[in-house]
This record gives sequence, structure tokens and C-alpha cells, in this order.
Amino acid sequence: MIPMARYATSFGGETYRFDDLKSVLACASARRSGDELAGLAAQSDAQRVAARAVLADLPLATFLNEALIPYEADEVTRLILDSHDTEAFAPVSHLTVGGLRDWLLGYEADSAALRALAPGLTPEMVAAVSKLMRNQDLIAVARKCEVVTAFRNTLGLPGRLATRLQPNHPTDDLRGIAASTLDGLLYGTGDAVIGINPATDNVPNCLALLEMLDGLRQRYEIPTQTCVLTHVTNVIEVMNRGGAVDLVFQSIAGSEAANAGFGVNLGILQEAREAALALKRGSIGQDVMYFETGQGAALSAEAHFGIDQQTIEARAYAVARAFNPLLVNTVVGFIGPEYLYDGKQIIRAGLEDHFCGKLLGVPMGCDVCYTNHAEADQDDMDTLMTLLTAAGVTFVITVPGADDVMLNYQSLSYHDLLYLRSTFGVKPAPEFELWLEKMDMVDRKGRMRMAGPQNKMLQRLISAAAA
Amino acid sequence: MPLPPELDPWAKLRATTRARIGLGRVGDALLLKDVLEFQLAHAKARDAVHTKLDTAPLKSAIQGQVIEVRSAADSREIYLRRPDLGRQLHPDCEALLTPGDYDAVFVIADGLSATAVSLNAVPMLKAALNRLHDLKIAPVVIATQGRVAIGDDIGERLGAKLCVMLIGERPGLSVSESLGIYLTYDPKRGTRDSARNCISNIHGKGGLSYDMAADTLAWLMREALHRKLTGVDLKEEALIAAPETAAALGTS
Repeated sequence: MIPMARYATSFGGETYRFDDLKSVLACASARRSGDELAGLAAQSDAQRVAARAVLADLPLATFLNEALIPYEADEVTRLILDSHDTEAFAPVSHLTVGGLRDWLLGYEADSAALRALAPGLTPEMVAAVSKLMRNQDLIAVARKCEVVTAFRNTLGLPGRLATRLQPNHPTDDLRGIAASTLDGLLYGTGDAVIGINPATDNVPNCLALLEMLDGLRQRYEIPTQTCVLTHVTNVIEVMNRGGAVDLVFQSIAGSEAANAGFGVNLGILQEAREAALALKRGSIGQDVMYFETGQGAALSAEAHFGIDQQTIEARAYAVARAFNPLLVNTVVGFIGPEYLYDGKQIIRAGLEDHFCGKLLGVPMGCDVCYTNHAEADQDDMDTLMTLLTAAGVTFVITVPGADDVMLNYQSLSYHDLLYLRSTFGVKPAPEFELWLEKMDMVDRKGRMRMAGPQNKMLQRLISAAAA
Repeated sequence: MPLPPELDPWAKLRATTRARIGLGRVGDALLLKDVLEFQLAHAKARDAVHTKLDTAPLKSAIQGQVIEVRSAADSREIYLRRPDLGRQLHPDCEALLTPGDYDAVFVIADGLSATAVSLNAVPMLKAALNRLHDLKIAPVVIATQGRVAIGDDIGERLGAKLCVMLIGERPGLSVSESLGIYLTYDPKRGTRDSARNCISNIHGKGGLSYDMAADTLAWLMREALHRKLTGVDLKEEALIAAPETAAALGTS
């Protein structure tokens, strides 16, 4: 008897064996350069399908009994297993991974059933089932998941698509940032957050940026939240100094060691969250955390423990959901071609990340993006944003003309949001939608008015910003 | 049709940022001229990534001894997929690097933008060397298909106390020729990125000037030799001792 028989299958007349659970998961993953770089990917397309067949027959409970990173060695594993909700898991506890795929696609798995199930699922289960799903399955199931969060507006409601307005500037020039922000507001973007990646990441600079954003928000009474995406330790110091912090931001990953690479742990995230809650700045909700993640982060920190990049990415969502975030997004194409080589890999990863996040109960958005050394272009972004909107993505990121002049990569443009709204009929967060109407920025058909010279109100706004 | 500046409400605001603000639209879509402009910028950025570095003009402009090496990544596609190979010196090149008594070695690598290196590496090198007459500098090394960490191997083999890597940064749409400098004390294979200091965004389109970058670099090099380290601790030191210098340091 072969000891590894548990992870073997006869498939098309050939026998395939896999060393362990991690290897089954990695080989079952859709092809991507990061797993090839790590030496974890399937050696052939046939082996990939065989791994999926093995995975399909594994009982879901396997993932509760067999930790991919040992419990003793990793606080993310401890978080996942200690917070697992056995009662919520009950409806699917008897199923295999393949059985879960069918269950999720069934008509009985509606929004309420999926919401109730979320605390019973672990990231490993969710990653595993995603590997058995085609892109359309990822879209169909994610679309059924409703994850609603709130701070100064309500995000994640059905039929809504929110946006982060990202007005980055290479030298953090306040007027330049204000100009990009105003431009975005005139397209009706910014309901998820107006969020800046600072070029200079220190406390005094963050204070200055936050003051400007908060002033703008208050002056126009915009029902949204603002954020400077600085390190969590900086934001704690900013709060100590009385800074106008709506949201605490942090990049996170799926292992304790990878989080250490970001200079964070669960304790410091909790400390920052409590400090932000104490400020009581939310008007209709108190979801104060904003996280970014992305496939490849753990591998690039050499903290992936032989786990494929999609599975360990899903573990980051377990970290996120422990802190009741307002927003989470994968920065899917930002990391570069050594992890996601081309448009095909970026699109698939974006759909997987969104699906896994939503199934785990996380308010998942996406930075639909790519870098200039990846084999991708704006056509691929068109495809991904269209698919994600069909999948009910919570929010996407938009920048002027799709060109982030500080981070040097391409995301979506403000225009792209208008396309998504008209094509799918999706609307901004309800409070923000009312504000746009109140500001007379929308016409009778619900379209954003052109900011041309014929529009006196918009002219005044622009002139005021330039003054 | 673009509006005359006196009618264009965005004219003043455009002066505040390179961002593509105040674009028009047709229906929900971008104007065709903006789409084509964007596509051209993207094409140029991709060309910067994929163009092979022409080392001959660099060597003649340097006017001194130059050692030319390559990484273990044999093609651009492998280079992009396998950063680990771009960090390794090709075995055939090891014999070219013999140890000496050097304070520093300057390594010029194509990185992700050969355009950046062709345009900026030599003037940057000269601006730096002008400020370092008192240091023992090794022959300049040009490394093709190289990433930052290939400098560790090169510095270690030459026995240099400091490795100064001038490397093409990942191109953006508005700037595809930005040069970065990475400074590493006691370079050794396996050095962590947190043990380096970075000066980025050196280019002629509103980026850091050669002189500014060279002032910062010279300060850092002397401090690094004195304190025997580079990285986060040196950056903290710079924040206190020389805030203007620190302002030029990257956030990574």
C-alpha cells in the first residue's frame, strides 16, 4: 500500500500522486507565474486536472483537521481554527469540496443561506472550492453574497457599485490632490472612500493630507469617508496627535510571518481599531478598518510556507474579517508578472479573490489594475471590471484617466465607472446618491452632468478649487 | 475640440498635477485623442521594459575601466518571470570580478527600464563620483538582465564595502525613464532589502536632479562607512541629522 494513497487518483488511465494537502491545492490552482516561481505549480495541464479530481473528493472537514501552517507556529492559523463556527458549518459539514461547489451553485444557496454559512467556512475551504469553479461559477456565487458595511454611508447593498477615489500625487501636493479629488467627485466617484497613497509616508505629512481631505468633505458635506493609506503604526500616532482619522488602513497577508514582513500582527491591528472606534467618527456605522491584499504578497515576503498564492491570499481575508472592515480590496495586478503574468491570469485572480472574500463575509472590492511590465492592457481591465460588476463587487478603485502618477501603474478611470453604471444600472451608495442629486451633479436620467462651460454650478466648484 | 484656455475651467488646476484630470468625454467614454495618447504612453513604457540595453555607448561615456556582466536570466521573458535569476550573477561572469581594496563599487543595471539607464546612468554616476574623490572606487560594473540584489554578489566578489546600484525603475505612463539608486553596506548574497537605502525617481521630467540625488547619496555613503550599516537605521538617522537628505529617500 502506498502511504500517500489519500492524495492520489487514477485519471484517464494514469495514476497521479500528490505529496500532501498543500500540493493538491497548489497543483489544482489555475496556472500562474507565482506558483511556477515558487516551484509549486502543476507540472502539466493533465496533472492540474487530476489534482482537481483529488480535491473534489476531499471532505471539507479535512481543512479543520489538517492545518497548512502549524497551529503552534502561526497566529493566522490559530485565528482561523479558533474562530471557526461549528454551528454555521453544519449545513455543509458532511460535504466534500466538490459537494460544496454544487451546493453553492444550487438555488437553495441564496443570500441568507450564504450569509449564515460564512462563519462556518475557513479560507482553505473557500480557496479549495474556487479551484473547482470556472469563472462563471465564481461570478454567479459571488453575486449571491451580500456583505453590507457602514460608516458615513452604506456599502455593499444589491444593485450598488461603490468606488474608491484615489487622487495620488507624486509629491503629495495638496492642490494637486484636491484637483484630482474634485475631478473624481464630478464623475460621482468616491463613495467607498477618498483614499490617498502618500508619496512621503510620515506622520506630519499624513496629518496635513488628512486635514485637507476632511476639510473638503466637511465643506461640501459629502457622505463618505477619507483615508491616508499609511502604516498602521503611523496612523496610531496620527490619532494620538488628534488627526482626522476615519479609517485605519493596512496591507495584510495570510501568514503571521508575511504580516511581520508588513510590520504588523493581530495585536497591533486590534489596538489601531480600538483607537479609531474611540473617535466615534462614523455617522451611521462604525466599521473603521480598510485592508488591502493581493496574491503573491506572502511569496514575495518568503512567508508562504509552500502554499500556493491563491490559497494563502484567502487566508488574508480571515485576518480581515476578524476586524469588521468597512472595505477590503485585492490589488490584483499591482504585484507584477512574476506572480500574475498576463491579462488572463490577472482576470482569473481578480474573480477568485472577490469570490473568496465574499464567501467568507468580507466586503470585497478590487483594484482592477496592471503594471507596465505585465502582459496586460486596458482591454483586460475592461474585461475584469465588467466581470466583477456582474459578480457584484463592492467597490473598484478609480484614478484620473486610469493613470496613477504616483504609484506608476494603471487602474480604472473615472470614465470607467460611468460605463459600468450605464451598462449594469448599478448605483452608488444610497446616501452618496442623494448627495449627488442635492449637489445638482446628476441630470433627470440619473447621468452625471458634463463639467463643461455650459454648467454654471460645476464651473463654480472648479473655479473655487483653482482659486 | 479642446477649449481655449480662458474657457477651460481646468487650465489652472492642470498646473498642479501630472494626473490626467479634466478630460472630456463622449457619452461615458474617453475622447479618442485621450485614448490614443494613453496607448502611446503605454507603448513607450513597454518599450522601456523590453528594449535591450545597449552597453557600448555607456562604456565609452564612462571613460574608465568597465566590467560587463550578466545575470542568470537569459531572456527578457525569463527575467520578468524569474526575479530570482535576475538577482544571480551568471556563472560565466564570476571570473571577471576579482577582489580589491574598495570603499565602493558602482553597478549599473538595466532593471525594468533600459531607457532610464541609457539616459540617466552616466550623468548620475559622474555627479556622484565628483563628490567622492576621497573614496577608493572599484571599476564600474554594468549588469544586464539584472535586479537590485545582483549587486550583492558583485560587491561581495570585489570586496567592496558599499555597493551603489543604479537601476532602471519600473516605468510609469508619464515617466518611463526613472532611475533608482540602492545603497547596500557590506553587500553579501542574501542581504535583505530592509538593509538597503533607496533614492528613487531620478529623471529629467520633474524628478529628482542628478545633483540632488548625488548630494543625498554622498551623505549616505559617508554615514554608512562611518556607522557600518545601511537600511532602516540609517534612514532614521537621516531623518534626524539631515531632514533635507531624508526627504529624498524612498518610503520602501
